[in-house]
Amino acid sequence: MTSRRSFLQRVWLVLGGVAAGEYVAIAFDFLRPRRLVRGEGAGVVVAGPVARFAPESVTAFPAGRFYLARLADGGFVALSRVCTHLGCTVPWDAAAKRFVCPCHASSFAISGAVLSPPAPRGLDRYPVRIENGIVKVDTSEALRADGSVQAVYA
Amino acid sequence: MAAPRDEPRGILHRFWRSVFRAPLNPRDDTDRKRIVVSHLFLHNRPVRVSSATVRYTHTFGLGGMSIVLFGMLAATGVLLMFVYEPSPGYAYDSIVSLRADVFFGRLVRNVHYWSANLLIVVATLHLVRVYLTGAYYGARQLNWVLGLALLLCAMGSNFTGYLLPWDQLSYWATTIVTGMLGYAPLVGGWLQGVVRGGDEIGAATLVGFYAAHTTLLPVLIVALMALHFWRVRKAGGVVVPRAPGEETDARPEKVLFLPHLLLREFAVALCLVAFVLVLAVGFDAPLGEAANPGMSPNPAKAPWYFAGFQELLLHFDPLFAVVVLPLLAVLLLLSLPYLRYDKDTSGVLLMSREGRRLALAAALVAVVATPLWILADETFVDLAAWMPGVPPVLRNGLLPAVVCAAVVVAFQLAARRRAGANNEAVQASFVLLATVFLILTIAGFWFRGPGMALVWPWAR
Repeated sequence: MTSRRSFLQRVWLVLGGVAAGEYVAIAFDFLRPRRLVRGEGAGVVVAGPVARFAPESVTAFPAGRFYLARLADGGFVALSRVCTHLGCTVPWDAAAKRFVCPCHASSFAISGAVLSPPAPRGLDRYPVRIENGIVKVDTSEALRADGSVQAVYA
Repeated sequence: MAAPRDEPRGILHRFWRSVFRAPLNPRDDTDRKRIVVSHLFLHNRPVRVSSATVRYTHTFGLGGMSIVLFGMLAATGVLLMFVYEPSPGYAYDSIVSLRADVFFGRLVRNVHYWSANLLIVVATLHLVRVYLTGAYYGARQLNWVLGLALLLCAMGSNFTGYLLPWDQLSYWATTIVTGMLGYAPLVGGWLQGVVRGGDEIGAATLVGFYAAHTTLLPVLIVALMALHFWRVRKAGGVVVPRAPGEETDARPEKVLFLPHLLLREFAVALCLVAFVLVLAVGFDAPLGEAANPGMSPNPAKAPWYFAGFQELLLHFDPLFAVVVLPLLAVLLLLSLPYLRYDKDTSGVLLMSREGRRLALAAALVAVVATPLWILADETFVDLAAWMPGVPPVLRNGLLPAVVCAAVVVAFQLAARRRAGANNEAVQASFVLLATVFLILTIAGFWFRGPGMALVWPWAR
């Protein structure tokens, strides 16, 4: 049989627990990563006219943090410059025709596909659009590579 | 409490006596005991301590050295906070200006740097000393756990502080270590987002690391230290050393804490401060170029205390190198005082004669086998080519992990048969794994060059 006293004691304990729980919940909310809220189309980078990019060439866009690669067949892909292994920035080696990560020697083809591990998957992609002969890249969200080459053609 | 001695004369004298109830210049042992019990910081220590525990080579003063280093870090850290600006645009410049324009700025930063690195070394040696003198049975069980938590906090402090100068070194080391977090199953992406404060290392990361480094972790460390010292006191002080086969002395010979132990601790502290100052004057804390998110240096390495994990990454699938093996190591360490042991070996260095032989054998096996394993994996072992079609997580993760576990279990069983008790076998496995990790750290830090290829340290 619960006495009034022991019932009230338990109520105090529960209230104290609720107060502590609220703090923990608030702390988690504070720690949640914040993403920049941007309007529609704010992340779109205008890369330039199709003719400016030669086949089998890679152009760096430092401000947009991506590479615009034009494949041998004329297709365009926009690749994240972040290595999928541990996040180093991969430079394009024009002579060897591949991206080589300086951190753990992973390498990627011009399409972003993995040529040598330890990278677990190909370079992330950004959606490419070609409007009126102008190449545009939407950098608002990187998409994980799923193995197939989804190049965009003029 | 004894009756007040002579009533002080003037009002200043009476104020002084109200602050220091016991005389500061003790004339006899009674005065000394009064000092110990009447001071806030000293009353955490006993009046008398076992004379065997006072010997320097029993503990090497490693716990006390950790406290001294923490004090130096707090003292220099507060000074640095007045100069440092935690935002990507100003952080690097504030460090450059600290070195160039602030009086003794370079020295203060160097002392902070060397104390922080020494703290990791000293705290780890403290852990090894505590384990090898069997100071984890009975009343000391929880204190082992508290000590591990303190070591993790020290590593966390070191790592969060590493980013703050915002140079190429720190930016990319943080990129790599937080990149490792992403491999944790289920929570990896969330955890990485929380630690980075967003998708990539930037202003949010810097502010978060600064808050953790200057407030959260120091407060946590102070609280844990208080608990840690209290538990040492409750366990009757430091474990009393004894020779193998010798019974625990129920009434060990004792000496007064003041002066016998306190003066020794003071001497160790002064030597340590002098040593850190010599390091700080002679060797500058590194500062690379300003952070450039567009260019990774080659090689980009984690801080030295994570070099062992980075080396593991070269040999294991990331899930195992970053999640499974470290978690397993922490769980094994946590469980050490709670295993069911055949006997109580507290105070006996390396448990017994057999324990010493087995520990030495374990260390030798690790010293020989680990470099051979690294070399083999670097040269002719190519699991990907031998087992095409097998998923990497099995081929480069589970398979080598099971092989390693089998080696440890076989070693454990052989040691157990030889020693006749499980204590020595567990100790041998501890020594084996600790030495392997030490070798991995050395290999990762000194023997890895551009592209993380093996090189000689002098050729780097």
